[in-house]
Amino acid sequence: MATKGVVKGIVSNLVTLEVDGPVAQNEICFISVGEDKLMSEVIKVVGKNAYVQVFESTRGMRVGDTAEFADHMLEVTLGPGMLSKNYDGLQNDLDKMDGVFLKRGDYTFALDNDKLWDFIPLAKVGDSVVAGDWLGQVDENKQPHRIMVPFKLEGTYTVKSVAKEGQYTINDTIAVITDAEGNDINVTMVQKWPVKRANLCYTNKPRPYKLLETGVRTIDTINPIVEGGTGFIPGPFGTGKTVLQHGISKQAEADIVIIAACGERANEVVEVFAEFPHLDDPHTGRKLMERTIIIANTSNMPVAAREASVYTAMTIAEYYRTMGLKVLLMADSTSRWAQALREMSNRLEELPGPDAFPMDLSAIIANFYARAGFVHLNNGETGSVTFIGTVSPAGGNLKEPVTENTKKVARCFYALEQERADRKRYPAINPIDSYSKYLEYPEFADYIVTKVNEEWIPKVNEIKTRMQRGKEIAEQINILGDDGVPVEYHVTFWKSELIDFVILQQDAFDNIDSLTPLERQSYMLDLIVDVCRADFQFEGFLEVIEYFKQMINLMKQMNYSEFNSDQFNEYRKKIDELVAEKRVALA
Amino acid sequence: MAAKAFQKIYTKITQITKATCTLKATGVGYDELASIDGRLAQVVKIMDDEVTLQVFAGTEGIKTNAEVVFMGKAPSLKVSEQLAGRFFNAYGDPIDGGPIPEGFDIEIGGPSVNPVRRKQPSELIATGIAGIDLNNTLVTGQKIPFFADPDQPFNQVMAMVAMRAKSDKIILGGMGMTNDDYLYFKNVFSNAGALDRIVSFINTTEDPSVERLLIPDMSLAAAEYFAVEKNEKVLVLLTDMTNYADALAIVSNRMDQIPSKDSMPGSLYSDLAKIYEKAVQFPEGGSITIIAVTTLSGGDITHAVPDNTGYITEGQLYLRRDSDVGKVIVDPFRSLSRLKQLVTGKKTREDHPQVMNAAVRLYADAANAKTKMENGFDLTDYDMRTLAFAKDYSEKLLAIDVNLDTTEMLDVAWELFSEHFTPAEVNIKQSLVDKYWKK
Repeated sequence: MATKGVVKGIVSNLVTLEVDGPVAQNEICFISVGEDKLMSEVIKVVGKNAYVQVFESTRGMRVGDTAEFADHMLEVTLGPGMLSKNYDGLQNDLDKMDGVFLKRGDYTFALDNDKLWDFIPLAKVGDSVVAGDWLGQVDENKQPHRIMVPFKLEGTYTVKSVAKEGQYTINDTIAVITDAEGNDINVTMVQKWPVKRANLCYTNKPRPYKLLETGVRTIDTINPIVEGGTGFIPGPFGTGKTVLQHGISKQAEADIVIIAACGERANEVVEVFAEFPHLDDPHTGRKLMERTIIIANTSNMPVAAREASVYTAMTIAEYYRTMGLKVLLMADSTSRWAQALREMSNRLEELPGPDAFPMDLSAIIANFYARAGFVHLNNGETGSVTFIGTVSPAGGNLKEPVTENTKKVARCFYALEQERADRKRYPAINPIDSYSKYLEYPEFADYIVTKVNEEWIPKVNEIKTRMQRGKEIAEQINILGDDGVPVEYHVTFWKSELIDFVILQQDAFDNIDSLTPLERQSYMLDLIVDVCRADFQFEGFLEVIEYFKQMINLMKQMNYSEFNSDQFNEYRKKIDELVAEKRVALA
Repeated sequence: MAAKAFQKIYTKITQITKATCTLKATGVGYDELASIDGRLAQVVKIMDDEVTLQVFAGTEGIKTNAEVVFMGKAPSLKVSEQLAGRFFNAYGDPIDGGPIPEGFDIEIGGPSVNPVRRKQPSELIATGIAGIDLNNTLVTGQKIPFFADPDQPFNQVMAMVAMRAKSDKIILGGMGMTNDDYLYFKNVFSNAGALDRIVSFINTTEDPSVERLLIPDMSLAAAEYFAVEKNEKVLVLLTDMTNYADALAIVSNRMDQIPSKDSMPGSLYSDLAKIYEKAVQFPEGGSITIIAVTTLSGGDITHAVPDNTGYITEGQLYLRRDSDVGKVIVDPFRSLSRLKQLVTGKKTREDHPQVMNAAVRLYADAANAKTKMENGFDLTDYDMRTLAFAKDYSEKLLAIDVNLDTTEMLDVAWELFSEHFTPAEVNIKQSLVDKYWKK
């Protein structure tokens, strides 16, 4: 019999229940308030009292209201039909809800029970299978969606039968598998998985090494992220976190993109709803929405569900990874998630850690980032979950717990900088403080040689050094004045400005400039390095400034032109002429 | 508030703090309203039969045997067309001497709009102020605060924006407003003949500070009525949200909660977000746009209130006195409207985004030149020209007394470009230069 509880105390969304039977930590229960049944999660148990966080407003709840426990943790429902969906943090389908306003206790099914899917069997009778192995596949938005042995099953099973090719609903049995004791298990297209548990249905997780193209130059060229990699974007408000995130989610070369809007503005999600159905995926030509899943727990939605939303998103990402797909998960913002933890920890009257965050914040963040990764599946295929989270540091100060703890675990660091944003140098990623650890991976170096050429990494490092040098010289010029430094200093400085304007800065709102394919990035890198390596002869610093401004203008026009178009080549010609004008002839 | 016949009256208060009372009571709902000797209070904590009430007007003079009556409902507001033109206090009671408006009761602080039922904002709000319309264009359904020091004329600018913006209703939520400012708003509204489309909820510095907590929810409940039921374009003015946050801090402190940054409650972000996220564009045409004021102390935006606000709102506007031209301007560096790209170049002329960015970039160059000058270095010819440009730009476009339509603003900007710079220096897409450069 299911355990029942009675409400004893209420402080905001923390409710104390007196229970009449066993309860598990993180078990789900439903508290009846009037006609509504409010979903809640156990977060602490003391004697007969279970402390639960309610995923909804507790307005009107009374002492004596009853609760029923569900005997499972917070789970998501996994199956075909998740792509293009808009879910809330608990995986309720937002489009299925009636009315303009969210209604308390309105829970909608994540999938579609009636839709028929074209099923193709992959496994054969007699095959030996384990959790996560592929039994068949259906076509979901033109991508193969594998139907797998449920993740919850332990041990080895033998396939007894597989459905023939044909149309089935998600609840039809598509295979029967038999365990070691001879018990038959019917497998449908749907399975459930608790969100806080990592999915381990893979053979191993090697170091990731394949470049994940984003079309954003300051990422791909300067600090690349890889398939299965982790990265984070901290930045004060107004520095372009959201624009950058949207850019990446539109352009990244991934099979599936999951956007977790965690405690952020509703209008930002609306932008995705409004634009993605019309925008083309630059890699396949299909609509962006077809490969996208949105998990929206905006800042005005219940706080407890905010914490759940990132886990919901990660669990769905892992599910698609086990199908051998490249998944990109973007969470905006992990700080809001940490704040949700803080609010609950505060209500539980736990002793606080730094900035009143819970003591185990660091472990929670580390565990979460560890769920990303590039994996080899049991059948030899590969899949990946790349995770990029944003962090909203309080007061723009990067010495705060969420940023610091994230920095320990994320391999790419894209520091958005107020000063760059103020000067409208977008994307405002600081080229010197930011890093990608993947640039140091020998696996990545080997890979990029095959993808571009062996010159790539040395050139990238060269322009990074030039940026650093440029910054040092800018400081000296500020102290000593334009006349106080040799003309060569100005040349070095302006070479770094050239890199900044042409490679780092990118117009996210221009159709051509916003997306730079790797081939084009390589072309521009070669061009820039050529110019930077050239020796020039100038009369004075004024001439340097004048000259490089012309150069920057020409190269920016090039960035705005279609790659290899007549216009593009014309600018290239002008640039070559300009370079020849001042270049010191090689002896 | 008179007790109804069947209501149970409690008279044993067991604990009193500056903002809360605790008593033994049963059958009480969370968030429910109560009255303690006529003072309004709200349930904030229930532990078995112990109920803690937050008393909005403060607990001074409350006796342990005060009469406590629970009202069986959360705070609510009676809404109807009759709200228009009226002034109310934080409880929604008239303070203008007029009759109590009739209407139907709606709970304040109600549920959120389902994100998939929102429409993407796409309608420009023209204010005539170039510092806003050109650089930080506002859009219906947006939420944006002025970040201002207490001595800056934010209330004047806000009143000006409210009068020029073409909205069907304006809701003014005043929190800890000085009586003088209250009268100022009243004056501006009646002088403009706009009183009939304005609803005000006012808590002045003379009123108890905890009452302020009701103002935003009251204002937005009224706004939702007009936007949802009447499909009207509603502009909500909230001034000053820092006073609201201070009241939150007082209550959380009285309830022994562990404070986070700057003594603010750990839930500050969620508390502010619940208010600001009421800004919305509905598909049926109604919209709620929120323009708020967050006062800063000494211009410090890293303080928890402006910092959390900045992460919630869709941009922020800064005012600054430009000593070169002697006028108050909308600061182009730090001000930002996040929704501007939904309208710039789409609802305005195609060159708008690039002109805006180029002008700000050149203005930044001028700031560098100024630093150089102040440090005693020689200025280049380009530096001199940027300084001249900055002065014109400040005077003709950024100053808050400018009143132009956006096309005129763009023309003025191109004039300034050609007067002070070459096309290469301005660095705009060639096709636009060909079309708009003033020869």
